Order: sequence, then C-alpha cells, then structure tokens
Amino acid sequence: MKLKQITAGLVAVTMLGSSPIFAQSAPKVSGDVVKIGVLTDLSGTYSDLAGPGSVIAAKMAIADFSKDGTVLGKKIELVSADHQNKADIAANKAREWYDKDNVDVIVDLVSTNTALAVMEVAEQKNKMTLVSGAGSTAITNDKCTPVNVHWAYDTYGLANGTAKAVVKQGKKNWYFITADYAFGAALENDASNVVKAGGGKVLGVSKAPFPNNDFSSYLLKAQASGADVVALANAGQDTINSVKQASEFGINKKQTVVPLLMFISDIHSLGLPTAQGMFMTEGFYWDRDEKTRAWSRRFFEQHKRMPTMVHAAVYSSVMNYLKTVQATGTDDTTVVMQKLKATPIDDGLFKGKIRADGKFAHEMFLLEVKKPADAKSPWDYYYIRDVIPAADASIPLAMSKCKLVKN
Amino acid sequence: MFELLGITPQGLVAQLLVGLINGSFYAILSLGLAIIFGLLNIINFSHGAQYTMGAFVAWIGLTQISQWLGFPELTMNYWFALILVPLIMAGFGLILERTMLRRLYHLDHLYGLLLTFGLALIIEGLFRDWYGISGESYPAPELLQGAIPLEAIGIILPKYRIWVVAISMLVCFSTWYVIERTKLGAYLRAGTENPKLLQAFGINVPLMISLAYAYGVGLAGFAGVLAAPIFQVNPLMGSNLIIIVFAVVVIGGMGSIMGAILTGLGLGLIEGLTKVFYPEASSVVIFVIMAIVLLLRPAGLFGREK
Amino acid sequence: MHKNTKLLYLILLLIAALLPLQDFIYLVFAMKVLCFALFACAFNLLLGFTGLLSFGHAAFFGSAAYITAYFCKELGAAPEIGILLGVFGSALLGLLIGALAIRRQGIYFAMVTLALSQMIYFLAVQLPYTGGEDGIQGVPRGTLFGFIDLSNDVHMYYFVLAIFVFGFALIMRTVYSPFGQILKAIRENEPRAVSLGYDVDRFKLICFVISAALSGLAGSTKSLVFQLATLTDVHWHMSGEVVLMTLLGGMGTILGPVVGAGIVVSLQNYLANIGSWSTIATGFIFVVCVLAFRRGVVGEISAFFKIKH
Repeated sequence: MKLKQITAGLVAVTMLGSSPIFAQSAPKVSGDVVKIGVLTDLSGTYSDLAGPGSVIAAKMAIADFSKDGTVLGKKIELVSADHQNKADIAANKAREWYDKDNVDVIVDLVSTNTALAVMEVAEQKNKMTLVSGAGSTAITNDKCTPVNVHWAYDTYGLANGTAKAVVKQGKKNWYFITADYAFGAALENDASNVVKAGGGKVLGVSKAPFPNNDFSSYLLKAQASGADVVALANAGQDTINSVKQASEFGINKKQTVVPLLMFISDIHSLGLPTAQGMFMTEGFYWDRDEKTRAWSRRFFEQHKRMPTMVHAAVYSSVMNYLKTVQATGTDDTTVVMQKLKATPIDDGLFKGKIRADGKFAHEMFLLEVKKPADAKSPWDYYYIRDVIPAADASIPLAMSKCKLVKN
Repeated sequence: MFELLGITPQGLVAQLLVGLINGSFYAILSLGLAIIFGLLNIINFSHGAQYTMGAFVAWIGLTQISQWLGFPELTMNYWFALILVPLIMAGFGLILERTMLRRLYHLDHLYGLLLTFGLALIIEGLFRDWYGISGESYPAPELLQGAIPLEAIGIILPKYRIWVVAISMLVCFSTWYVIERTKLGAYLRAGTENPKLLQAFGINVPLMISLAYAYGVGLAGFAGVLAAPIFQVNPLMGSNLIIIVFAVVVIGGMGSIMGAILTGLGLGLIEGLTKVFYPEASSVVIFVIMAIVLLLRPAGLFGREK
Repeated sequence: MHKNTKLLYLILLLIAALLPLQDFIYLVFAMKVLCFALFACAFNLLLGFTGLLSFGHAAFFGSAAYITAYFCKELGAAPEIGILLGVFGSALLGLLIGALAIRRQGIYFAMVTLALSQMIYFLAVQLPYTGGEDGIQGVPRGTLFGFIDLSNDVHMYYFVLAIFVFGFALIMRTVYSPFGQILKAIRENEPRAVSLGYDVDRFKLICFVISAALSGLAGSTKSLVFQLATLTDVHWHMSGEVVLMTLLGGMGTILGPVVGAGIVVSLQNYLANIGSWSTIATGFIFVVCVLAFRRGVVGEISAFFKIKH
C-alpha cells in the first residue's frame, strides 16, 4: 500500500510541477546566460568605421546597463570575432556561436554580404541579429527576416539625403564609379533612382573591382564624360583612394566629387584639406548636441577616436536589447522582437521607432565637410546642413517587398 | 572629334597613358622576377611581399624612424629612399638566399616555390599585424607634386606618374644592357647554363648567384618605393600583383630580360584598353593570354627553349 | 598492404563513427575536416603519386560547390542528385583543363593550371548564377534518398563520413592497382615509362580527371554542410591551402593529407580570432616543412616505424 501511495504522490507532484502555473513563475533565459556576439571586420577595409570600435561600444553598453554585468539575475557575456568581410567565414562563425556557444544575438555585421549570410543562419535557428554596419536596403526589403533589426543607415536613406540635395543644387548629370559587389550596386541603384526622379541623367557607370587600389582609368572616364557629378558608390578604403586620386588628377576642379557613403573615420584619414566641401549623409554625428557629445567623449577615452554612426548604433542596439530583455523577462527571440518593434526608442543617440520590416527608422543628417580654417578643434569636421526626417530616410512601407509587410 | 566604340581618341590616349604607368610597374617587378626566375631558376613567390616590404621600409623611414630614435630631424625622404631601400632589400635578399634558398637547389623546384610562398605569408602577416590593413599615406616628394595639363588630350597628368614611367624605363633598360651586353652579364648567363664549367674557370658562381638574387629583390624594393605615393602603403599591395607578375614573366619567356620588360609594358597597355571596353575582364585578360601563349609557344614570346 | 595499417584504418573509422556520441568536438567542425581531408587526398593523388603539381585545384572544388548549391537551392534538387551533378561538372572541367595542361611539364604545367583556374574564378564572379560576392547562400540540405533528413547534424555527419570513406577507398584502390604503379613509375622517371611503351599522357590525364572529380566531391559535400558556396572556394588561396595540407601531412602517403587537413583546419579555427597570426602561422609552417620536415607528419612517423607504403 505504501508504495502505491508514494507513487501516486510522486505522480501528482510531477504533474503539478510541470503545469503552466509553475513554469511561468521563473524568467526564461536560454542557457542561463545572455550572450551577445560582435561579428565585425577587425583588420580589413572596414575595421576603422566598425571593427574594434564596435566591440568597445558593445562593452560600454553592457557596463552602462548594469554595474555588475547581469540582467534578470543572469550574467551578460560578450564574444567577438573577425569575419574578414567574407560571407562564408561569417556564416560559419554565426552557426557555431548559435549552435555551440549559446549566443543569443549577433551585432554589428559590417559589409552587406556577411550581414545577409548571418541573417539567413539566424532565421533558421530562431536567434536574433542587430545589423549596424551593413547598408544595403535589401536587408529590410526583399531579404528581410523576422529576427532582424537594421539599426544605423541604409542606401535608400543615403541616396535620399545626398543625391537629392546635390541634384537640387542644379547638378543634374551624374557619372558613377561603383564598387562591383552587392553594396556598391545597391548604392548606385538607389542614388540613380533619386537622380532620375529629380530630373537628372546618369551619363555612365564604371564598375571597379572590390576592393581596388587604383581608380585612375575610371576617373579618367568620368572626366571624359563631362558629367557635373562624379559619384562614388563605394565605401571604406575604396572611397578614400578614389577621393585622393580624384584630387591628384584635378577632377574636382571642374566636377563635383560626391561620395555616397562616407564616415567620420574616412574624413579623419583624408584630412580636411582634401575632403573640404564634400557633401554626405550620416545617421549620427558626435557633435550634434550635449547628449551625443557626452557619450562620444566617453567613447573617445577608450577608442582614442570619435565614434562613427556604426559605433553609436552598436551601442544603441545592445543597450536597447538588454533593456527589452529586462522588460519582457526572457531572452526568447520572438518575445523580444515583438517588444522591440512595439517600443519607441529615444536613448540620446537615436530617436525613432522600429518598423514591421525590421528597419529602425530615425533621422539622418545631411553634412558638409568644413574648410580647415573653420575647424575649431580636432574632429570638428562637419556642418549639419539639413535634418532628414525618419519618414523620408526609409523606403515607404507601401513600396516594400518585405514578406513581413502585408502589401 | 569622332567617337570610336563610345570613346574619343583623346579619351583613348589618356587611358593608354594610364595603362603605360601600370605597365612600368609590371615591367620593373617582372624584371626582378625574370632575373631570379629566368636566370637562376628560383621560383621566388615572395617577390610581391618584398615589393610591399620595400614600400613599408620607405614609409617607416619617412615617418617612424624619427620617433623611434628620438631625432625629429632624422627622416629618410623620398630621394634617399630610392637608393637606400633597394640596398636594404638587397641585403635582406642576400640573407634569405644564403640561409634558406641555398639548401633547396638540389631539390625539385617545387620546394623553392613553397618556401618563398611561406615567406610571403609571414611577411604580409607581420605587416598586417603591425600596421592594419587600411594602408598608410605616403606623400609624393615636393618636386614631383602637382600635375601637368595636357590640353591636347584633355587630361591632367600628375607629374609623379610621369616620373615613374621615366625612371622605370631607365632602370629596366640599363639592367638589360648589363645582362645582355656586358661581361658581367655574360658570366651570369653562363653560370646558370653550366655552373660547374664556369666555376672551373675560376669564377665564384655561388657568390654571383647570391648577388643576382639580391639584385632582383632590390628591384622589388625599388618598385615598392615608386608605388608608395600612388597606391597607399598597405600589406596586401604585393599579393594582388604577384600572380600577374609571374604570368608576365612566363609569357615573356624565361631567361629573356627584354621579354619581361616588353611584356610588362604590353600588359599594362592591354589592361588599360580592357578597362575601357570591358572593365570586368581587366583582371583576367592576362591569364587568358598566358594560357594561349603557353599552349602555342611554351618557351614564351621571347624565350629560348632550354 | 601491411596488416598493421589495415588495423589502424579500422580503429580510425571506429573513432570517427562514434564521434556524434561526444560533446567536445563540434560536429560541423568534424565535417569540415572530412571534406578538406578528401580534397587533400584527391590532390595528393596527382602530386604525391604522379608528381604533378597543380596550382588550380580550387577550380574543381569550387565549381562543384557552386553547381551543387545552385541545383539544390534554385532548382530544388535532392542532395544526392546535387552532389552527382557537382562531381560530373568538376570531372568534365578536369578533362578540359587537364587536356590543355598535360601538354606541358613542371612549372609550366602548374602555371597553366593556375591561369585556367583564374578564368574559372572570373566566371564565378561574373555569372549571374553564382551570386558574385555574396555567393549562393541558404542552400537547403534536403532529405537524402527521400527519407533521411539532413538538416539534422548527426545524419549529415554520417552521410559525410560515408562519402569520405568512399573517396578514400577509391584512392587506395587506385594507388595499389597496376594503374597506380604506372603512375608512380611516371613520377619516378617519365622518359623511362615512355620507353617502356606506356601512353604517359593518357595516364596522366586519367589521373587528373579522377583527382578533379574527387575534389569536386569534396566541394559539393562542403557546400551542403555549410549551406553556402562562395568565391573563397575558387580563389587561388584555396589552391595554395590544399598544397599546404598535403605537404604538411606527407606527400605520397595515403593518410598524410588527412592528417594535414586536420591540422590546418584546426589551426585556422583556433587562430581565427587573432587575425593576421593565422597567416603568419601558415607561412611559418610552410617554411619549416620545406626546410626541415619534407616528409610531412605521416612521412616522418612512417620513417620512424619503417613502415613501407
């Protein structure tokens, strides 16, 4: 008899214990740790605009979020790796991190081909990605996933900022020098659409290999075309080389050189004498207001360089992720994504809301590079010429090809 | 003026000029490689890394030495670099040859290739670790800054690039002259054909071979200094060039110095033309040519069948 | 074959078969090692046993990877069909490139293979089917023979192991056959083989095609394991890597390339986060191997135990 009673008791306790009432009382954190992975280009073409600075930004966010490095009573851990701008290295690392190392979310992902590769892996494994480094609009358009947020900028916003403003100045004939890979093509595509919409013409395109050292032949072709604008649809070291060589060949005497994507780290590399007068669009400038200045100075202490918009976005994405995990009581992907998309963001660095397609829609800034005489202190590089509202900086949802948007 | 296939004659000439500039680099690099590969039968896969190293040494001399030694006045400017860097690189080459390459002469050529390939990886990896990949800026010397407007062709040509063409041609043709027309060159050529016989005549053949290798490496360093103001000093500048330069030497013909020079220049021109009409193919056109030449004329265009 | 060697192979196979039971070694990593081991063994057939150094083997590895990736992803082919198509493609490519390259010898042969593989690289960049810089991503692993779900890592692992064993056995069979003896004769002294009346060029070409096909098998399998095919697979660095694996493991030994592949892949994995040090270490190993360690790991061990291959 006693055995029967014990067994019955055990069964009853087990059934009670596994019933929903008990299951929900403890917060669910997978693997008992909240792990964030910074996957970036640590030593290549993009290491200055993202790279080690992104790792520092993520660490700052964790330290600022919680003094003892915990959320919901569980440890927050950070891992980082170099994807060398190669899609296969990125995908394999992401797979290993998600499968073996319990990583919950991967951030930064500079370079569009790596971002897309990792987003695909994340969707398969139902884990998150917060893209800050890559820029192709496709990330939240035809290639969108339900587990991704695109934080800093995209080619649509850049084109609508820079291209629109320059065409308005009357410079209607454009020649593109494009880096021959996904991102360059996206940048050229979005910008040409804006040029044509503003009544302008694209006189020609030169596709340069990516990455490339010597742009002289393409610059000469641009010169021969007689266009008003020589637009550079490339980024990082490629842009720096093209701008330098354009100046060497005297292109900027008769034509306007427009880099479609440029970061403050590039201006620092080029120096104001070469870069002065150029127009560009960015999502963040350290000298914008007191809040951004305060944060940027703290960043500068650790990185010895002022933050680019990618660094600011990594900080913001990690900080908001942790806050959301705290608010929802779990690190479950679906729950966290839902809360992220439902909560407006205003963290002193960015202000806006995450849309259904995963795009974090916030303002962008049209910037002009100062003349050397006007710069009052180191890193005082830009005039803010215009603020582009969030609605104009992202592709309208009605035109979106994202599967998450009902059209 | 009329337009041919979407480009004016002026545009074409401008592109060919740019092609000629690139061709000069190919010529100097393949010259060094042709001496090493063609005459000495050493497959020097580290030629590209030695070119990169030359550029870095020039840059370090200009910007870093003063800090290291604490003498702000002590900098190696461009003109000194043109002479010092090749000497330094030649010394480096001499050490390499004496300590490592010498041990492999009795083996299959494959091992020389693998050894120098490994050395190239080490050199590039080290520079990448020390200086990152973004590339360092190296300004052209003041005398050569600025540009000359060529109204007739409607372009502005930077003075520095004109200088590069001129000095490369000078170095290339003087080297050719020494090897093909002087007694020293004759010894060198004889030494690679029949070292034992030459040694029997009392000529120190191993020393000659070491010095020839050193000279080839010095040429790579020289090309590096020339390249620094144009291409930015970065650890990968050589690895992009190495297989192209090998292809040039193979097409030109082993053992033919003039072949390497002319093919280098020719390739620059062909690449320039390809960039105008079908830019995507500009990086592969050399290999198409190499495959064709190897299959039809295995000794190369100017080579002598050994 | 020596009795002890057979025993060694059986033990290794047993260890490999029991791998999914432990947690220490990540299964996807083990699959990567198997794919590259097969690639290195296929390469060794050409280099170690026939004496032909090809500098463009990435063309076969990568093109098979692309073919399989394309057919499985875009056209929904089953994995076994995708792999068969990839192998067929690389064998055909091997026939074409081999027929052209065989005409030359030594360093010229290597240069021709390099030139032709660069053209394959160019095609991989330009053709719309290959996705340019992005490559082909999100390749579905599918279901094998209609009922084995390969998205399960354990199932995939046994499939890859089976493929590796098949390839390895094929190579062993080739090496220990009369055909293999002729290849070795060609490596030792080609003019003598010719004087004995063998059509040397035909033998070299057949060996080249087998090597290309097996490299393709490795590439196709790899594209299913990692579910992507990218430009890295056809880049000349990949050709250089397989040379390193073979050299380090031991040219002309059967197990050498497997060991070499294991070491190189592990090293790259371990050093990946230290950026440039992976390159420096690779270079250093090349130099040391060439100067002091020419027989490779397995070669040195064999010499130590005086086991004849």
